[in-house]
Amino acid sequence: MALYEASATQLLSQLESGEVTSVEVTKACLDRIRQHDGAVGAFLKVMDEKALAQAAEVDRKRKAGEELGLLAGVPVAVKDLLCTEGEVTTCASKMLKDFVPPYSSTVIKKLQAADAVIVGKTNMDEFAMGGSTENSALGKTRNPWNTDLVPGGSSGGAAACLAAQMVPLSIGTDTGGSIRQPASFCGVVGLKPTYGRVSRFGLIAFASSLDQIGPMARTAEDTALFLEAMSGHDPQDSTSANVPCPLFSKTVDQPLEGLRIGLVKEHFGEGLDGDVEKAVREAVSVYEKLGAKVVDISLPHNKYGIATYYIIAPSEASSNLARFDGAHYGHRCDEATMLEELQKEKDALVAAGDELGVKRMDTPLIRMYRQSRAEGFGPEVKRRIMLGTYTLSAGYYDAFYLKALKVRRLIREDYDKAFKTVDLIVGPTAPNPAFAAGSKTNDPLAMYLEDLYTVTANLAGIPAMSIPCGFTSGGLPVGLHMQAPALEEDRLLRAAYMFQKETDWHAKTPSL
Amino acid sequence: MSSLTREEVEKVSLLARLRLSEEELSTMTEQMSQIVSYVELLEEVNTDDVEPMAHAVEQHNVFAEDAVHESLPRDAALANAPKRDDECFRVPAVLGD
Repeated sequence: MALYEASATQLLSQLESGEVTSVEVTKACLDRIRQHDGAVGAFLKVMDEKALAQAAEVDRKRKAGEELGLLAGVPVAVKDLLCTEGEVTTCASKMLKDFVPPYSSTVIKKLQAADAVIVGKTNMDEFAMGGSTENSALGKTRNPWNTDLVPGGSSGGAAACLAAQMVPLSIGTDTGGSIRQPASFCGVVGLKPTYGRVSRFGLIAFASSLDQIGPMARTAEDTALFLEAMSGHDPQDSTSANVPCPLFSKTVDQPLEGLRIGLVKEHFGEGLDGDVEKAVREAVSVYEKLGAKVVDISLPHNKYGIATYYIIAPSEASSNLARFDGAHYGHRCDEATMLEELQKEKDALVAAGDELGVKRMDTPLIRMYRQSRAEGFGPEVKRRIMLGTYTLSAGYYDAFYLKALKVRRLIREDYDKAFKTVDLIVGPTAPNPAFAAGSKTNDPLAMYLEDLYTVTANLAGIPAMSIPCGFTSGGLPVGLHMQAPALEEDRLLRAAYMFQKETDWHAKTPSL
Repeated sequence: MSSLTREEVEKVSLLARLRLSEEELSTMTEQMSQIVSYVELLEEVNTDDVEPMAHAVEQHNVFAEDAVHESLPRDAALANAPKRDDECFRVPAVLGD
C-alpha cells in the first residue's frame, strides 16, 4: 500500500513502529498534491517547507522518546477559514486575500498540540456560503470522481483532497451541511459535532449560532481520533460546552446492541434521486442484518428547515460580516478614485438643484465602506448580507427573524420527541449526487435546497455524520446521513464503524 | 408571491453598507423576492406560545474572569490595516466637507 493510501490510524501505527518517518509520509502527501491538485484544485495554499519542518520535528521527538500528541506526524489539511497565526487566511474571499491573522484559532492550536503536520489550506465557498465551492473567489475545486462535477460545499476543498488521497485528515466547517454534503458528493466521511463540542474561537464566523468545526476523513476510526484531538471546553468561546470529552477513538469499534434506527418519512418524498434512495435503503438493510430495529418516525417541522435556516443564517451573517469595513483589515477600495466619483455625483446633483439628493448622499466614510465591501465580496455573500439586513430591518424583524426562531424551537422539539423512540435518525445526506459545475449557479433557491436534510441538525445543535454508503448507476458516491441526540457523537461513530465493517464503500477511490 | 421593489432593495443596500451596480440591483430584487416568498412558507406554522430559540445551546450568563489581560500589541492590531500611521487606522475624513 502506498503511503498516501493509508488511513491516519494505519500511518500512526507505522510511525510508532518506526517503519516510516513523518517526513516520508509528509513527502508522499506533498507529492500526491503536486501530481493531482492541478486537476482537482483542492488547495489554496500548500505549506511544503513548514510541513516538512514540522514533520522533521515530530520525527526528532519520537526518536528522542519525548511525549507525543494524538496525531503525531500525520498530515492534516485545514479549511481556509481558521485563523492561523502568520499564515494568510482568506475565507476564499477577495476581501481577505492578504489577511494574516495575529493569532491562531483554538482548533489550530489543538492540532499543533497533537503534533499534527499541517500541509495546507483548502478551498471553500467564500465565507463558507454555498453548496458547491463555486463561490470561491480564489479558484475552482473539482470533484475527483468526475472533474466536470462540483465537490459540494462549502468544505469542497476539504472533501476533495481526501477523496483524491492527498491527505488522510481534513478539517471542515458546517453551518447548514457544509461538512456532510461535500463528504457525500466526494465519498468520504464527515462529522458535524454537537454545537459547542469544538471551540469556534478563531473561526471566521458566518452564522455563529449554527457554525461548527468538524473532522473529515476516510474511515470511522480516523474521524473518531480526529474529533478527539479537536474537541474540548475552551474558556475563550463562551458557547463552548463545558462537558468532558469522551475518548472517541477508544470506543469506536464497540458495536451498538439493540440499535433502534428511525427513518423519517419526510426524507423519502419528492425530489429525492432514485439511485440515492436505493443506496440509502440498502444501507439501512445492512443495519437490519446486524440486528438493528427500524422504526418509521416523523419530523413534522422538517420541511420548514430551509426557510428557517435562510432567515437565521443570513441574519447572523449580515451582523458578523459587518466587521469587514475596509478600515481595520481586508480589502479597501481605491480612495482617490472613490472620492473623485463622489464629488462628481455631488456636482451633478448641485447643478440639477436636487437639494434632497445632496442631503442623502454617502459621506466619504460611508462610501468607502460601501465601495470596499462591493469590491471585496462575491455575489452569494452580498445576497446573504442583503437578505439578513432585510429580515432584521424594522418592520420585518417579527415576521421573519422572530418567527424563524420560534420555528427553530419546534424543529428541536421534533428531534427531542423522536429520540425518545429511536437511537439514531438515518436517511440520505443530500437529495442528489454531485451535480455539474455551473448548473445551479444562477438559481440560488435550487442551491439552497441542497441542504434540505442537513440544516435541521444545525438548527437543533445536534451531531450528524455522513458516511459513504454506495454509488449511483453513473458511478457517483452516495452518503448516508446519521443524526444523534446532543453530545452523542460516540453513537454516530460506533454506528459508522459497524457499517464500515460490513461494507467496503469507504475504501473505493476515484481513478485520477 | 411577495415581491420587493427596487427602491426597497436599494434602501437595504445602504443599510448593509453595500454599493450595488444597476445590474446587481435588478438581479438582487428578483432573487430576494423569490427567496422571501419561499421563506413566507413559515406563515403556515402556528407559533403561538412558542418561545423563540436564538441559540442551539441555551446558555445564560457565561462570565469571563474579571481579570486584566494583556491585549494584542498595537503593531499586531494595525498590521493588516489597509491604511495606517504609527498609532491609528486611517480613514477618509469623517468631519466636515
